[in-house]
Amino acid sequence: MISLLSHLLNGLSLGSVYAIIALGYTMVYGIAKMLNFAHGDVIMIGAYISFCVVFYLELPPVLALIIAMAVCMVLGIVIERLAYKPLRQAPSLSVLITAIGVSYLLQNSAQLIWGANTKAFPKMFTLPDANLFGGNVHIANNTISMLDGRLNVSGNTVLTIITCVVIMVALTLFINKTKMGKAMRGVSEDKGAAELMGINVNLTISVTFAIGSALAAVAGILLCSTYPTLLPTTGAMPGIKAFTAAVFGGIGSIPGAMVGGILLGIIETLGKAYVSAELGDAFVFAVLIIVLLFKPTGLLGKKIHEKV
Amino acid sequence: MKINKNLRSNLITYGIVIIAFIFCQLAISPDVKGITISRVMRNQLVPVCAYIVLAVSLNLTVGISGELSLGHAGFMSVGAFTGVVSASWLASAFTMVNEAGKTVPVMSNTLMLILSMIIGGVFAGLAAVLIGIPALRLRGDYLAIVLLAFGEIIRNLLNCVYVAVDGAAIKLALPLAGSSAPTFGQTAKVVIDGAKGTKNSVMSVAFNNERFIVAFVLVMVTLIVIFNLINSRSGRAIMAIRDNRIAAESTGLNVMKYKMMAFVTSAVLAGMAGALYGLNMRTVTAVDFDYNMSIEILLIVVLGGIGSIRGSVIAAVLLKLLPEQLRFLQDYRMLVYALVLIIVMLATNSPLLKNLLGWLGSIKSIADFGKGVVNGGKKVRGGALRGAAAVVGGLAGGVGGVASWLEKRQHALEAKADGVKKIDGKAGDAE
Amino acid sequence: MSQNMKKRLLDTKMVPVPSISIVPERDVNKRPVLETRHLGIEFGGLKAVEDFNITVGPTEICGLIGPNGAGKTTVFNLLTKVYQPTTGTVLINGKDTSGMTTEQANRMGIARTFQNIRLFSNMSVEDNVRIGLHNQIPYSMLSGILRLPSYWKAEKKQHEKALELLSIFGMQDMADVKAGSLPYGAQRRLEIVRALATNPSLLLLDEPAAGMNPHETEELMRNIIKIRDDFQIAVMLIEHDMNLVMGICEGICVLNYGRIIAKGTPEEIQQNPVVIEAYLGSQNKEGDK
Repeated sequence: MISLLSHLLNGLSLGSVYAIIALGYTMVYGIAKMLNFAHGDVIMIGAYISFCVVFYLELPPVLALIIAMAVCMVLGIVIERLAYKPLRQAPSLSVLITAIGVSYLLQNSAQLIWGANTKAFPKMFTLPDANLFGGNVHIANNTISMLDGRLNVSGNTVLTIITCVVIMVALTLFINKTKMGKAMRGVSEDKGAAELMGINVNLTISVTFAIGSALAAVAGILLCSTYPTLLPTTGAMPGIKAFTAAVFGGIGSIPGAMVGGILLGIIETLGKAYVSAELGDAFVFAVLIIVLLFKPTGLLGKKIHEKV
Repeated sequence: MKINKNLRSNLITYGIVIIAFIFCQLAISPDVKGITISRVMRNQLVPVCAYIVLAVSLNLTVGISGELSLGHAGFMSVGAFTGVVSASWLASAFTMVNEAGKTVPVMSNTLMLILSMIIGGVFAGLAAVLIGIPALRLRGDYLAIVLLAFGEIIRNLLNCVYVAVDGAAIKLALPLAGSSAPTFGQTAKVVIDGAKGTKNSVMSVAFNNERFIVAFVLVMVTLIVIFNLINSRSGRAIMAIRDNRIAAESTGLNVMKYKMMAFVTSAVLAGMAGALYGLNMRTVTAVDFDYNMSIEILLIVVLGGIGSIRGSVIAAVLLKLLPEQLRFLQDYRMLVYALVLIIVMLATNSPLLKNLLGWLGSIKSIADFGKGVVNGGKKVRGGALRGAAAVVGGLAGGVGGVASWLEKRQHALEAKADGVKKIDGKAGDAE
Repeated sequence: MSQNMKKRLLDTKMVPVPSISIVPERDVNKRPVLETRHLGIEFGGLKAVEDFNITVGPTEICGLIGPNGAGKTTVFNLLTKVYQPTTGTVLINGKDTSGMTTEQANRMGIARTFQNIRLFSNMSVEDNVRIGLHNQIPYSMLSGILRLPSYWKAEKKQHEKALELLSIFGMQDMADVKAGSLPYGAQRRLEIVRALATNPSLLLLDEPAAGMNPHETEELMRNIIKIRDDFQIAVMLIEHDMNLVMGICEGICVLNYGRIIAKGTPEEIQQNPVVIEAYLGSQNKEGDK
């Protein structure tokens, strides 16, 4: 029972990372109608940047987070402007192949810059030691222990889940309350009509890529804090899984990305714990295939009628 | 019947392949002086043939059927694994005692190779049917990602599979969570050893001209199948569905049937190539057939021109043989691949180019227009390559700069850390 | 739907639909090629087409007209099963098509063209027509790959038939041209040839004269009648060019806000006040104010 609870919490944490990455996919898909294959590799770049800031420049982790977000934002905008913008009218096959190319470019550039060897990701954020709730909850060594020490939760797990909730709330408010958020929704409905209404479509798309990439940087740091091995391919698999999460939840839907990410994280963790550690990834992808088989629009996605 | 454009173009492709094959035979033959081929190149001949088949078959899905498949390596791995198993089984189930009193397989290696390729193709085709029924209802990006997922599932599964042959019996095990490798008994011979991959003890890995001839025949069969399919009723239906699905449905085409036909044909050919590839190696592991391999095959298709079969053949040869010649570029090879993918896509979709072609078309007759497209395409490809080279140069410079700075910084930090250690050590000594 | 639209819909007076069919006399005692019963479809609560009843005789040329957004193309999509109806049924040659796919509907004998041209634009003109002949002159995939005698025989037959069909519009010389590079009018004509190649008993034409000049339109009118006479099939067309509609249609059905507001011969339709109101807006109400 306790171990199930612990697996669920770990799944929730992994799912939160997937959810944050999936947000980037879903926003870009909703607005630019393209699968940004390189998104997973932006995560990796974010992780490397924060690693460099902490390790080489010896700056505090908060600064690392900010610098990584800023670099990824710029990277996201540059990628969109150089590689995707010229292909807005092109068939989706061309766009997808370009995105794959960008993904490969980032991976191989990272390999040339940082080498193919694993980098040990430093500890970035730790919880302060404390005793809470009348001594029922101890925090020590970045681990929260509850129920007389039978349930131990890593500080990273809690941090990841909290970050995810904060991002979710902030993004929902941004999309629904701000002018730019409204512009985004407009562009995702109908690019042409939005343009006629005086919305700067290029700016809106750039902002979307910037937000998505900044979130990717956050996800990169959270991911590497939990699994502290950093490689040029670190982002690829979580990226693909997060896309699976976005499809699972219904692509284009922000709550969908959240729900899909968390469910997928829990499925993966439980599958690895109770069925087979080797086949954990296979479970995730089997889920994708089953979902698309029965509900191609995902859990919270809208059905789109093809115009004839 | 008059020789039409298609037929002439197909004949040229067959011709190129046959001439290349004859050239290789001359180079291999010890009797012919003057034309030689290095050992490294010679050992690449069979894998290159496998890659040609893979690229041409992927082009059927991507170029002719218009669906992006990111799981082609999955079908290849199914073919490779089942191919190795079937060859081992054929060698162990059908044996005889030769004059020297040794137990040897009844069939020759070549026959076993051919049969194993067929079996590999059949299994890959079955896998394609299984995945195609749900997946081909999806469109575009979704299909691509599902096929990628499929490739990863296959890789995951093959990583945990253990197979052994024992006489005429095939023993299979799929141990789940945590359990160690299963034992199959004394007489059994392990063929697939989980994550360690296949154990090919049937065929020698050294270059074998008969195997090369089989590989060449596979390439020819692939070309004949694909060309004849394209220029038939079924192939036209596949292309019509690519061009406009709704119109194709309204014209009475069974969309699923023809998508499936293209997909399964492509998978069968990939499976045959996989079996050939797997039996040409001492061992292949599931990890060899990951997503990166799918991308590498896709790169060949894109570079050769999506939809151009001849382009795929030539690009496969260049891409598999050139890196051997361009060792100095090794570090930048994948970077160049990535840039080429992007630049080719940008160039073929640029409105500037389209306008240029439209202008060409308006001043000349329609027949010239076609030529213009072809020439334009070639020019762009050349231009793109030159552009790519420039970008790579710049990028390499930049990347190199950053990398060298990082290295310096690393050394500085290491020196500092050493210093700290030394101090610590001294402190320790003092205590 | 906006408030204003709803109000206007309620204001639209419904004339009693003539109980007698508009099928021309020669077809009256024959089995109709198309019959719809209470056909309707909803998109997220919006009734795009509602209670659509029509009967088309086996050699009739009938027109479907109405203002923009009236639901005409939606009707075509319902008939060809691109959309599955929410209510009602479509009978083709007396057979119920419920649950059928677009492909099956085509095999039942219904072929169409599209308002926004949908050719197989990377294929040649002849190959476009050959796709239409796909189910008419078949052979297996295997005989195609192995080039068996049945392949050569069927290919020859397809070639001849394709050229014959193209010659209806005098397009046989363009057989090798890429369909996407044809001029606009020729593309529309090619779509008709491709639809005809599927050997339909009912041909649906969605704005066949769009983008054509008066001279081309006139030729198209002659050709539509010729097709009807030569192939003995029914033609149903959506068109905004009233000269074409009034010139060749025997029966006309007027659609507004997804409902049939009038049916009748061209003369009846031209004089129908409800139709005039639908097209030009209400004169009286303006006057009342």
